[in-house]
Amino acid sequence: MVSLSDHESTSRDKQPESTAPAPTVGDRWRALPALVRFPLAALAAFAAILALTSVTGPTGDLRIGSVGYYMLAIAGLQLLIGYSGQISLGHGAFMFIGAYTMALLVLNQPALPLWLNMIITVVLSCTAGVLVGAATARLHGPYLAGATLALAVGLPALTVRYPELLGGSNGLAFSTRGAPASLAGVITNTQWQAAAVWGTTLIGLVVLATISAGRLGRRMRALRDDEAAAGLAGIPVGRTKVIAFVISAGAGGLAGACQAYLLGTATPSSFTVTLSLSLLAALVLGGLGSMWGAFFGAVALVYVEVWGEELAHALALDSNVANNLPIVFFGVLLILVILVWPRGLHGMASSLADLVRRGR
Amino acid sequence: MTTTTPAPLLAAEGITVRFGGLTALEDVGLSVTPGSVVGLIGPNGAGKTTLFNAVSGVIRPQRGTVSWKGRVLRRHRPHHLADLGIARTLQGLNLFPGLSALDNVMVGADRLARGGPLAMLTGLGRYHSDERRLRERAMAALEEFGAAHAARAMPGTLPFGVQKRVALARAVVAEPELLLLDEPASGLSGEDMDALAAAIRSFRSRMGVLLVEHHMDLVMAVCDHIVVLNFGEVIATGPPERIQSDPAVAEAYLGDTEEVGADG
Repeated sequence: MVSLSDHESTSRDKQPESTAPAPTVGDRWRALPALVRFPLAALAAFAAILALTSVTGPTGDLRIGSVGYYMLAIAGLQLLIGYSGQISLGHGAFMFIGAYTMALLVLNQPALPLWLNMIITVVLSCTAGVLVGAATARLHGPYLAGATLALAVGLPALTVRYPELLGGSNGLAFSTRGAPASLAGVITNTQWQAAAVWGTTLIGLVVLATISAGRLGRRMRALRDDEAAAGLAGIPVGRTKVIAFVISAGAGGLAGACQAYLLGTATPSSFTVTLSLSLLAALVLGGLGSMWGAFFGAVALVYVEVWGEELAHALALDSNVANNLPIVFFGVLLILVILVWPRGLHGMASSLADLVRRGR
Repeated sequence: MTTTTPAPLLAAEGITVRFGGLTALEDVGLSVTPGSVVGLIGPNGAGKTTLFNAVSGVIRPQRGTVSWKGRVLRRHRPHHLADLGIARTLQGLNLFPGLSALDNVMVGADRLARGGPLAMLTGLGRYHSDERRLRERAMAALEEFGAAHAARAMPGTLPFGVQKRVALARAVVAEPELLLLDEPASGLSGEDMDALAAAIRSFRSRMGVLLVEHHMDLVMAVCDHIVVLNFGEVIATGPPERIQSDPAVAEAYLGDTEEVGADG
């Protein structure tokens, strides 16, 4: 086989950067085990969130917390759509399941600690994911999208069907314990809540990042790109699809639980089809195929609305216009970004980084 | 073929496939022994691909059996092949466009991993050692085919010949006992074709090979045994020199082997 590599040496000389480049800091970082790398990154992000919430007020804390749970939901969707190539228009349904599980647990079992509620939520929403995923495993593309859309439309209607248990269209309201007494005076209740949401989100993201960087993530990307070739490589195509669905359902459920915990309510109007479509739009805006896309998408989802409202307020617009301005902003931003950077905000960030690197 | 014919790895016997009224294969058989390269040739529409598909479980023949190491395969599907120790390349390249060349080969190496589902989900246990092992094996396979310099590139950015090498590395990285090659030479330049011939000959020490190919030069150069199909029936079998001088084969190819070499 020596002859094979011989005549390659000429083409290799033309591109010196591809011949055994000296390991950069980034290379060394990527060589660390996932179990070290991702928790370290999460700890750094957590410290940044703590620092950020120490200078923002209660409203800011709430917004930062919202970015957290949206990011978790979008990251779960990223694994499903960006990695395994299955479309879901019904991810809000799993957030609905998570939010109501959290609300019912707090109302009926107030003694349970928050972390246990979170774990129960993940187990329940994963179970729902298994049921839906197994039922939809044979559906492709638009058919899968249709089936999941039906779920997002149908599930919140349960609240009206069982008003005694689920509180009807008003939903369930509850109050959660704030910061523990030992931390009173050190951090405020809203800071504690934002930190709890981000702590949960970051644990979820560490799991999602570990999965997508390893064998399972590679299996998903392989079957997304070419099912026949993935099958011939011995990848269990059907099972891997269901696993992706279940994991993303778990992330969605956990995100819903975080939302309910942060807002102290779970109402059916929060989990309309619009939510599912917004999550999908935010994912595309942020960028498919990278966990960073989830971060950019979540920031855009929360702050475009905030800035739109502030702008409407500053211009003293009519309330009909003001209510729709954030949606218009989001739509225009989505169209512009996708036109210029088809890989979303993450694609924009990485092409800017490339420019900087080349300019150096 | 060795003189003391060892037990075949793969044996297809009495395969008959009909599509509606059309008989694509009629009572066709072939066998591949360890360490041999068997070529499957014939004019267009002779049933080569149909036989390939029957062997790899894409279609189910109306009659006949496919057995692997003496055990008859019933209801096997293409995704069972890897676990049996059979690798198959597809007629197209079928590389995963969204994965780097190295990741493409690592997908092929997936069955060499030792960690279970828990390791894949949590990053605990064998997760990291598996990643390292798969990466090393994939890198070694790319090096073997002279494509190591392309490890980090996306398939779409690579020249066609290099993409073919990556696809070949992906097929053999998990050390299959049998390699099914579906027209591996299509679209290759002469230089790449020579490299491919050398690679196929080198496989002989490690695995059996079943080759469907139009390029007669390649087939005659690498095969130990050739099966010729025409209109769904076997019209000749034997070593390359006997096939070359067989009048029935020459007739099937309209008596002009030069033209056959050019049509692939």
